[in-house]
Amino acid sequence: MANTPSAETKAQLKELSTLAGVPLRDDVFDALVELTYLDIVPTAISQVVASLCKKANAVARSPVFVLDAKGKPIISRDFRGEVAYSCVERFNMRVAEMESENIPVPPIFLEEEVSFCHISHNNVVLLAVCSDNSNAMSVLLFLHKLVDVFKHYFEELEEESIRDNFVIVYELLDEVMDHGYPQYTEARILSEFIKTDAHKMEVVAKPPMAVTNAVSWRSEGIKYAKNDAFLDVVESVNLTVNSSGSVVRSEVNGALKMRTYLSGMPECKLGLNDKVLFDAQGRGGGSGKNKAIDLDDIKFHQCVRLSRFENDRTISFIPPDGAFDLMTYRLTTQVKPLIWVEVKVERHSRTRIEYLVKARSQFKDRSTARNVEILLPVPPDATTPAVRTTNGNATYAPEKEALIWKINSFPGGKEFLLRCKYGLPSVSASDEDGVPAARKPPVQVKFEIPYFTVSGIQVRYLKVIEKSGYTALPWVRYITVAGNYEIRFQ
Amino acid sequence: MSGNDSRFFTTTKKGEIAEFKDELRSLDKTKQCDAVKKVIAAMTVGKDVSMLFPDVVNCMQTSNLELKKLVYLYLINYAKSQPELAIMAVNTFVKDSQDPNPLIRALAVRTMGCIRVERITEYLCDPLMKCMRDDDPYVRKTAAICVAKLFDINPELVEDRGFLDGLKELLGDSNPMVVANAVASLMEISSRSPKAGVFAISPQVLFKLLSALNECTEWGQVFILDALASYNSRDSREAESIVERVAPRLSHANCAIVLSAVKVLMKQLDLITSPDMQASLCKKMAPPLVTLLSTEPEMQYVALRNIALIVQKRPEILQHEVKVFFCKYNDPTYVKMEKLEIIIALVNDRNVDQVLLELKEYATEVDVDFVRKAVRCIGRCAVMLERAAQKCIAVLLELISTKVNYVTQEAVVVIMHIFRRYPNRYESVIADLCDNLDTLDEPDAKAAMIWIIGEYASRIDNAEELLESFLETFPEEPPNVQLQLLTATVKLFLKKPTEGPQNMIQLVLSNATQETDNPDLRDRAFVYWRLLSTDPEAAKEVVLAEKPVISDDARSIEASLLNELLSNMGTLASVYHKPPESFVSRARYPVSSGTGSVAVDYGAMSGPESSSGGLVGDLLGGDVTPATAPAGNAAPPTDLMGDLMGLDVGAPAAVAAAPPMATPSGADMLGDLLGGGAPAAPAAPAAPLDPFDLLGGGGAPVGGAAGGAPPPALPLPVLLPAARGNGMEISGAVKSLNGQVVYELSVSNQGAQPIDGVMIQLNKSFFGLAPTSPAVTLTPSPVPPGGMARGSAPLAINSAMVVPPGTAPSVSLQVAVKHNGSAGQVYYFTDSLSLDALFAADGRLEKNAFLDLWRGIPDSQEQSTRVQAVIPTGDALIAKLEARSVFFLARRPADNGMEAFYFCGKLISHHGYVLLELSLREGVPGIKVCVRSQASEVSPLALQCVEKLLLA
Repeated sequence: MANTPSAETKAQLKELSTLAGVPLRDDVFDALVELTYLDIVPTAISQVVASLCKKANAVARSPVFVLDAKGKPIISRDFRGEVAYSCVERFNMRVAEMESENIPVPPIFLEEEVSFCHISHNNVVLLAVCSDNSNAMSVLLFLHKLVDVFKHYFEELEEESIRDNFVIVYELLDEVMDHGYPQYTEARILSEFIKTDAHKMEVVAKPPMAVTNAVSWRSEGIKYAKNDAFLDVVESVNLTVNSSGSVVRSEVNGALKMRTYLSGMPECKLGLNDKVLFDAQGRGGGSGKNKAIDLDDIKFHQCVRLSRFENDRTISFIPPDGAFDLMTYRLTTQVKPLIWVEVKVERHSRTRIEYLVKARSQFKDRSTARNVEILLPVPPDATTPAVRTTNGNATYAPEKEALIWKINSFPGGKEFLLRCKYGLPSVSASDEDGVPAARKPPVQVKFEIPYFTVSGIQVRYLKVIEKSGYTALPWVRYITVAGNYEIRFQ
Repeated sequence: MSGNDSRFFTTTKKGEIAEFKDELRSLDKTKQCDAVKKVIAAMTVGKDVSMLFPDVVNCMQTSNLELKKLVYLYLINYAKSQPELAIMAVNTFVKDSQDPNPLIRALAVRTMGCIRVERITEYLCDPLMKCMRDDDPYVRKTAAICVAKLFDINPELVEDRGFLDGLKELLGDSNPMVVANAVASLMEISSRSPKAGVFAISPQVLFKLLSALNECTEWGQVFILDALASYNSRDSREAESIVERVAPRLSHANCAIVLSAVKVLMKQLDLITSPDMQASLCKKMAPPLVTLLSTEPEMQYVALRNIALIVQKRPEILQHEVKVFFCKYNDPTYVKMEKLEIIIALVNDRNVDQVLLELKEYATEVDVDFVRKAVRCIGRCAVMLERAAQKCIAVLLELISTKVNYVTQEAVVVIMHIFRRYPNRYESVIADLCDNLDTLDEPDAKAAMIWIIGEYASRIDNAEELLESFLETFPEEPPNVQLQLLTATVKLFLKKPTEGPQNMIQLVLSNATQETDNPDLRDRAFVYWRLLSTDPEAAKEVVLAEKPVISDDARSIEASLLNELLSNMGTLASVYHKPPESFVSRARYPVSSGTGSVAVDYGAMSGPESSSGGLVGDLLGGDVTPATAPAGNAAPPTDLMGDLMGLDVGAPAAVAAAPPMATPSGADMLGDLLGGGAPAAPAAPAAPLDPFDLLGGGGAPVGGAAGGAPPPALPLPVLLPAARGNGMEISGAVKSLNGQVVYELSVSNQGAQPIDGVMIQLNKSFFGLAPTSPAVTLTPSPVPPGGMARGSAPLAINSAMVVPPGTAPSVSLQVAVKHNGSAGQVYYFTDSLSLDALFAADGRLEKNAFLDLWRGIPDSQEQSTRVQAVIPTGDALIAKLEARSVFFLARRPADNGMEAFYFCGKLISHHGYVLLELSLREGVPGIKVCVRSQASEVSPLALQCVEKLLLA
């Protein structure tokens, strides 16, 4: 038939589309077939195909962008094809749209078959664009690790540091990801073969063994005159107390932060008062000073041999050089709030309010909390706060809409008081719309208590064995700090 | 370690390109290196420096690694625009791929893979093959990924040259990182290859992967775990051994590893037969999942979306952990919202007190959306947990007493749901609600309150008075409030048939039948009216019948979709709760044999008797409950007929579900439509259907063009080949003839029997085109065997044939044709409309009117494209477009010697005007087309149409 597409045309189209590396969707193909009826010369068809191909490729495959505060790309690396700046515009538009509609912008969203994953840091936004079903968790984590790498190189990641180091940034982007797959994000090792000052590299660098080794976090041949390992046990207490004064949620997030200055490839073994281990060894729960503890969830740095831990609870590892988090753990057993804050609000009149605040330390009196900071929210329109305290200093910080009560040293088993009077304007904004003042933010507390842990975790030993046979001294410190410590009040 | 590279950005003076050129040719290596940096800097800020290509490539042969990397980067960016010149670089690439330094060998292969130029790709094959067998693992791991790149550019090459086998060999590599990259590469290739069975994990491969898992870098572990998640264990024993090897990964600090490990474990869990082992595995997974909430908020978000899936599949895993999902004051809103979902999924009789206390605190926070959701959650607790309902109501009343406006309104809606779940139990609170009557100004809250008054009219002493106060503003209320008022008044009248309600009902009915243009309201009013006037007792039975109670749908993801999402844990699909096919374009992601799926209305609680399905619900004697409403509404995502026929173009996923019942139902429905019979309501209750409209008999002129139109000279495209039409070949296109839209058809009879009585019907489409009469007048008719006939069917816009709002705009049409000789057989095909057929002949605008319209449409809605067509003269352009009822308004000179032309067209559908701005230079290829439309959703279609016209 004269009006059927000739087999030739079809073949031509198919060929054209494969040549361009763009398999045509059926409906597109049909649209093209339709074009052939409109007496369009083959060259015009090829033009359409070309423009279609361009469109198909215009969807960037998986580029990573660094954007400035206004959403303009500072630098980008497209791992699978051309960089389409238009997708950044689309990202910006969608974000602006959501913000104007007061919709919270989720870190991942879909827009016309393209997914945008983004995080921000200082004044830059890191944006990864995906057009297939990528591993979202891994993409976001990668962006965070990228921030760490940049910070390691440039001290701080911000617009200026990216511009000032764009050559290195390109080099790093080339190494940390390939074809959209995260490859290697160990900043310390990267800096062994990608250096900020190229002139220092007289000898052409080779990839360090570590990049592909099973021990990917440590290079060989490290030497120290004095071999030291510092271990800080830091426990941060997250606590939420509701307005009726009961503890809704309490959680301890602990971390074993290590700094190692050890030569060679040291084998380390760490012993803790781990209840599971003690039970396995038939030592029972222990008592007094040797009490064993049960941790809810333990996470290890990649250097720790996980299968060994799974088998016999031995924590064995070859540490990276320098600082790292060897292990983090979580404890959800109810803990007594270490610092208890009670706020009594007395309303003398509509315009005169008085706070009576009691802060009590509920730990043993041989410990002392340092740098205690209690943040007491006051209404934004509060006027002339007058504060008196039994201990420490309290200042009014209007920018935070809060009073900040600082107590440098707060021994256990003590109670301190604060009294604060402030006024409110006689006509408040909220009265007019009939909306009562919104809820006040919770009281937030910061503190640190050295030589103390909530969990009672103890480092029993840290053995360091290296084939050269040196002895290394482990230094262990304990400290407890406030994390997300919120006390709601009426 | 801070650099000062920003100095390279500073040269902005004129003639910099020439300067770059000189410096690039400099013999001084430092100067040359600096010049390349300047070029890259210019590239970074988006300047076109492609003209320096030869000079930059000249710098490629250097031993300076930094310089080499920069030149490579330049190549990646510009090779595509200079494919001829890019060949110049090939020699250096090949040489570099044999460099003694592994860093350079890897760099060369990695970069070559990024250059998407066919001719370079061919040169890549040999070096790539060599690098896959390189001594250095760093080179091998780079080569492994490079195969996936090559596949992206040229899949045949990968298969023909044996790269797949090479990759499979690498799975046994001694270096774990190489194994990880090889498996990532293979997984990608197999997901994109149109062929099935490119790569599947065999038990041998499984063993290799499991042993590499312990040793490779953190990212490699993610690749391996993601691959393992696709493995189907043969038996429980194998599943257990996988679990044993994977479980230790839960203790890894990298949260992507943890989540991917959970994915593998969840999959194996189904296969494990021992209940003890199952229980211990569940217990093991809980703490790591909770710890994911200690990560950065972005990762928490992904974790929470995944936990929502896990909780639905296996609630036991986290049943004791509800407290960890309580919101912190500083959590970002997107995290808080997700936490609320999980809290609701985990709430039970044991923890409900605690949860309520917490939700109450949230309801007094500042963030309005969060507060509203918290209030809604209290309602959901009540609906889910009978024993807690009383407590929930108490909390809600307490919240109402705070007099915070939006809290009160949300609480009223929520209490209405509780009433529907527990009828006749908590009426005592009605008095408290009535105290807040005058603060209600949101439609949903008003509608809810009115529903309550109507439902409990007999127990509210002053129900009459209350309703009357709402009736005063009846004409101004939004539709859902009007519908509620109508129903509530009827209920009141049936319960208290006294004079007052009688007057009210008369007022409402006359208002709702005469003074409204809302068909839902009018139809419902008529139904009530007839019911009441014929048999009040029957009316009572219908309207006041007992209604089914509602239930909450917190765990509402359909089972097969849930399983698919669980097997995609950690990926984007698990974040969106959508199957991957729905957002990854088909061209790049072949539809797997996977499960069919429907869009799931997640967590929605629709109002009672809201406009959707309210009428049907009432007639059936019950409200449409949220449990059934999503099922009814979600099934036809685009259009009923398309799905049933299994030839839907837009939603491949939906097709798979439908085929078994395809032909009969499709044909039935079409038969109904042709017969002008009952509306096709059961599947799409949402569409306002008017039986009279369907008959199409209205006032539309029939066959105005039938006599006069001479057969056009152009051949029509074939729509239905003879092979599919039992010898009937149909060609056709939608055209506009003398201001009338017609389907021009030509029927060629290649069968043995004459064809006559051809009838045509169109499925619902975006524009709602439908034939004004199904019969097609053909000349000659009947069409003799071997003969051919032409004819046309006049089309008109029919609002009942418009797909539900929210469907993506599309020009595709689904057509059904039958004829007398087809013995009930109906032929289906798809066609696509050219938008210009829909431009009205009276679409010319005055200049001022045009300007007002143009300015009235926000810039943000403007859409534009660039068309590579040449227009010899402006007049030719004007003539071309005017011929299609796209009217010329003005032309004026624009920037850069361009000229701007303005056109307008009016669509005969309700979409109104489409305004165009074309910028071009006569005789020079490249036209910029900008479109602004009164209905912005048609803009992309208009762009396509204009592009087509220009290229024609």
